[in-house]
Amino acid sequence: MIGLVDCNNFYVSCERVFQPRLEGVPVGVMSNNDGCVIARSNELKALGVEMGTPAFELQQWVNQGRIHLLSSNYELYGDMSARVREVLEEFSAGVEPYSIDEMFVLFDGFDAATTRQLARTLYRNVRQFTGIPVCVGVAPTRTLAKLANRAAKKLPEYGGTCVIPADGAETRRLLERTALGDVWGVGRRLVERLALQGIETAWDLRQADPKAIRRRFSVTLERTVRELQGMPCIELNDADRPRDRIMTSRSFGRHTGDLGELQEAIRQHAQRGAEKLRRQDSLARAILVFLKTNCHRSDLPQYSPSVVVELPEPTDDSRPILAAAHQGLEAIYRRGYQFMKGGVMLFDLVDANRQQLSLLDTPERAAQRDRDHQLMAALDELNQKMGHGTVRLGMPSQNAAWHLRCAHRTPRWTTNWLELPKGAT
Amino acid sequence: MRVPEIYHPHPAPPYRALPHPLATIRAGISGFPSPAEDYVGRTLDLNERLVKRPSATFFMTVTGDSMVDFGIQDGDTLVVDRSIDARPGHIVVALVDGEVIVKRYEMIGKRPYLCSGNSRYTPIPVADLDCQVWGVVRSVIHEYPV
Repeated sequence: MIGLVDCNNFYVSCERVFQPRLEGVPVGVMSNNDGCVIARSNELKALGVEMGTPAFELQQWVNQGRIHLLSSNYELYGDMSARVREVLEEFSAGVEPYSIDEMFVLFDGFDAATTRQLARTLYRNVRQFTGIPVCVGVAPTRTLAKLANRAAKKLPEYGGTCVIPADGAETRRLLERTALGDVWGVGRRLVERLALQGIETAWDLRQADPKAIRRRFSVTLERTVRELQGMPCIELNDADRPRDRIMTSRSFGRHTGDLGELQEAIRQHAQRGAEKLRRQDSLARAILVFLKTNCHRSDLPQYSPSVVVELPEPTDDSRPILAAAHQGLEAIYRRGYQFMKGGVMLFDLVDANRQQLSLLDTPERAAQRDRDHQLMAALDELNQKMGHGTVRLGMPSQNAAWHLRCAHRTPRWTTNWLELPKGAT
Repeated sequence: MRVPEIYHPHPAPPYRALPHPLATIRAGISGFPSPAEDYVGRTLDLNERLVKRPSATFFMTVTGDSMVDFGIQDGDTLVVDRSIDARPGHIVVALVDGEVIVKRYEMIGKRPYLCSGNSRYTPIPVADLDCQVWGVVRSVIHEYPV
């Protein structure tokens, strides 16, 4: 069985751990540079505030004290995400972060009752240890685990955890209640095309003939059908899936503790990630950099750090992405460890065509952006024609400070000695 | 690019280990090796000593003088562990009416109270309050000016 642990309104929940007064009131987190809403509490969703709403449209509510808007604090979110992962790792050796706030957990070799109990324990412990509320969905495949997780979150009768087998009345009922658009990997255009075939719910799709689906649609959708039937066939970093985050990582050929070698590996991953970003027309707001030692070698010291670096603005340009990856690596690298794996994840993606321009934007910057765009397009074309790595960017040196607007950023409660939370006696 | 400084997110590995003093104690005079010898050459790590469960451990700065009798002074750093269930006698970080406060959790008679370590403050009965335990204080770090 595979579990999916998903943090509820993750960024807002991180803020609430240290500011109890934000509990129960509408809270939004804004991107620092383009000033729009990137995370919402349930109360803010209930007011009808959509993702991407520009902050200035909400200014009046802020002035009236009706809502709270905070600048994003990626350092805090990265640390809290690592804590959640650590709690899960106490229970399973197979924890795979899917995004900053979603993690797959392998639950192998337990009977049904134990699995349910374990799901409850994860639900309770993550909440207690880190302060972050989560929902847990467990099922035989990733697609079903996603669906179970959604049920755990939306349907009060589950109380935050939902375990479903491949077959049975409960699974059927859930699939019948799930609209196609809420199935992992089924985008809006597919929903429309499937509706023409009379396929409207997850259950309808499960009943479809996988071979016919493959002929008429794609291998990717065929895999989704099989996954809905309970047959695992999607890997975590399946290349054909539309993504809400881009992960590039690989095991090193051999253990290494050499900073130069690690820089080279991280540089490659960051550049590959940026290429994928451009191919799917997305911009990223932040990048996570991680390293892992070999957890099967208990004779070696263990250290598996990760860090989140916010990008100066939503971007698909390899250069700032590489710079951020480099900075992240420097922050987590320690001598004396033999690393086995490393990689980067680009996340908080926005559609490149719907990118909100900064209020500080000027015609010069727009022209610069056009030039950057052409440069990156040329880079990708060369690499595509002549093979990967034909044209590469070096790791940038530390220079020009970027101006970040983060007037409402909360303190870095967990990562800066000078900004620790205060406890009054 | 330099975004404000990045701090190491989690001090899981020994960040600065100190050399362990060589164990020279012998068990009696019989010449049997002392169990302490197993540890020769190891290093001591304060994280390991103070942080039992890193995922649930948070640091917090103290303000105020109401806990001085328990050795907690204004400006000290608390090591708070959220994985422990609070029991009477624990020093806790509690959320009381939206404020974060540090008190000792005690039962007086059969009723729970939050008590101060300073005779100028009277115990607060928990029953009438919106009160939640945030975490349990495992240790306090007091740094002297040197």
